[in-house]
Amino acid sequence: MALLEAKNLSISFGGLRAVDGFSIEVEKGELYGLIGPNGAGKTTVFNLLTGVYQADEGRIILDGKDITRLDPVHKNQNGIARTFQNIRLYSHLSVIDNVKVGLHNHFHYSTLAGLLRLPSYYKVEKEIEERARELLSVFNMENEADVMSSNLPYGKQRKLEIARALATDPKLLLLDEPAAGMNPNETAELMETIQFIREKFGMTILLIEHDMKLVSGICERLTVLNFGRMLAMGETKEVLKNPEVVKAYLGE
Amino acid sequence: MKAGRFSKKELTTYAIVVAAYIICEILMLTGIMSSHMKGLLVPICYYAIVAVGLNLCVGILGELSLGHAGFMCVGAYSSALFSYVTESAIPTAPRFIIALVIGVVMAALAGFLIGIPVLRLKGDYLAIVTLAFGEIIKNIFNAIYLGTDSTGLHFSLKDMASMGMEPGGKIIINGAQGITGTPSDSNFTIAIVILLVSLFVVQNLVSSRDGRAIMAIRDNRIAAESNGINITKYKMLAFTISAAIAGASGVLFAHNISSLTATSQYFGYNASIMFLVYVVLGGIGNIRGSMIAAVILYMLPELLRGLSDYRMLIYSVVLIVMMLVNWSPKAREFREKHLSFLKIKKEAK
Repeated sequence: MALLEAKNLSISFGGLRAVDGFSIEVEKGELYGLIGPNGAGKTTVFNLLTGVYQADEGRIILDGKDITRLDPVHKNQNGIARTFQNIRLYSHLSVIDNVKVGLHNHFHYSTLAGLLRLPSYYKVEKEIEERARELLSVFNMENEADVMSSNLPYGKQRKLEIARALATDPKLLLLDEPAAGMNPNETAELMETIQFIREKFGMTILLIEHDMKLVSGICERLTVLNFGRMLAMGETKEVLKNPEVVKAYLGE
Repeated sequence: MKAGRFSKKELTTYAIVVAAYIICEILMLTGIMSSHMKGLLVPICYYAIVAVGLNLCVGILGELSLGHAGFMCVGAYSSALFSYVTESAIPTAPRFIIALVIGVVMAALAGFLIGIPVLRLKGDYLAIVTLAFGEIIKNIFNAIYLGTDSTGLHFSLKDMASMGMEPGGKIIINGAQGITGTPSDSNFTIAIVILLVSLFVVQNLVSSRDGRAIMAIRDNRIAAESNGINITKYKMLAFTISAAIAGASGVLFAHNISSLTATSQYFGYNASIMFLVYVVLGGIGNIRGSMIAAVILYMLPELLRGLSDYRMLIYSVVLIVMMLVNWSPKAREFREKHLSFLKIKKEAK
């Protein structure tokens, strides 16, 4: 059975049907692409999947569990993590603290233990610190652990956001235009990173992207959206040859 | 890893407070400190405490509250009521400790209850509604009449006559005249201890798992949600602790003067705005800074009393200078360049 199964998702804003009958099946371990022209509804699909918006119709099933009506907090706790198109880091926290926030639900001590610095505080904080550094080293960022996250260069901010999402230990990772605003070198590096985390963590990834090179380089399957509707889906190579898709992207 | 059990930054804050305490004690013992100044010591502490508490709400949680004078009022009245009633029944030390617990818990409860509707709002709206709640609390306490006689407790929100008390009854809360005759249980040492505890609580919270969640919500609510952080829980936690600390400050207030009244001067929105001035000028999110700003800004008008008419003029000039020195980019650059030796070296991780 597919890890993520969305059936017939629809949402309207006023009179505009932003997403109409969107369905997707992402297998475990797959790297799946979601592409489409500007305003096609890609990010809206992400917002539906992560619970920022509640779908008017349709169902979302993750790993056999119906999570359609859950809010973003509980969708994350059930195993969906995401990054954002416009980077959303905790800008006044250090790099490592950003990752530690991602680890929030996996290491526990009581509020009282934190307030009074009981032994469990020191023990668990040490574990959190180790795990956070481990994750940062995956992204070659361990030397920037104490830098304020807003002072990172753009490419690294994107990476940190992915690291923070991975820290929540998701089953499915949603990346919203991870290569936006990156130069070709950074994009190439990002492609490697995405491949790497997929292999290292056995992660299932759903990716929105404009950069065709990135999409065709790493995604196995694609879904193309246009005006909120699904235009095509299937193997990457075939989808990109589809005349409808070419028309949507390049015009007639 | 952190060196030792506390970071250097935290230790410095405690050290500043302890050093200030020792200096004041020495000045008092040697008789250099004037009696006027002695009388200011406890107020300085309770304003520093409320500034620390408010900074948790404004700087760490990122929500502008203008109702903290109200929470201080709750702490003051609930603890004063207890101390007044049990004055002859319980010895001083346990009585004050119980009063402190009551004041803190009642203020926390008020913070919790008010937080439920208020924390749904954002920014200016939250500030306006907390301001309103602060005023409501103050006005309620102004209207309470409470007395006791042989038939039991009497209560009214209208006037003394409507309580229907026997002639020999004892009045506990006399409306706008408040509670008269609270035992003066607080002193400078107790105040410093409570200040240290407040600093301990806030600084520990900030560097804990809960504190990170609170700051994550402040920095980016949507991202925090996507990281599985329970927004409501942590907002309530921070707001409640913040109110509790304001309550502790109120307990000190009530036990430092013999007659407690809910006047606008001490518990109105002007007081809340004054607390906010301490927080903003000390540095939003800078716990130690807000404490120091409270001390300086509270002492200043008192020390300038001799200048009578020019007092408030100088006060406002100092406000502007502090604002510039603390916040303008040029001044910050200057500090980085020329005063960096004053800064504590960043701790080795």
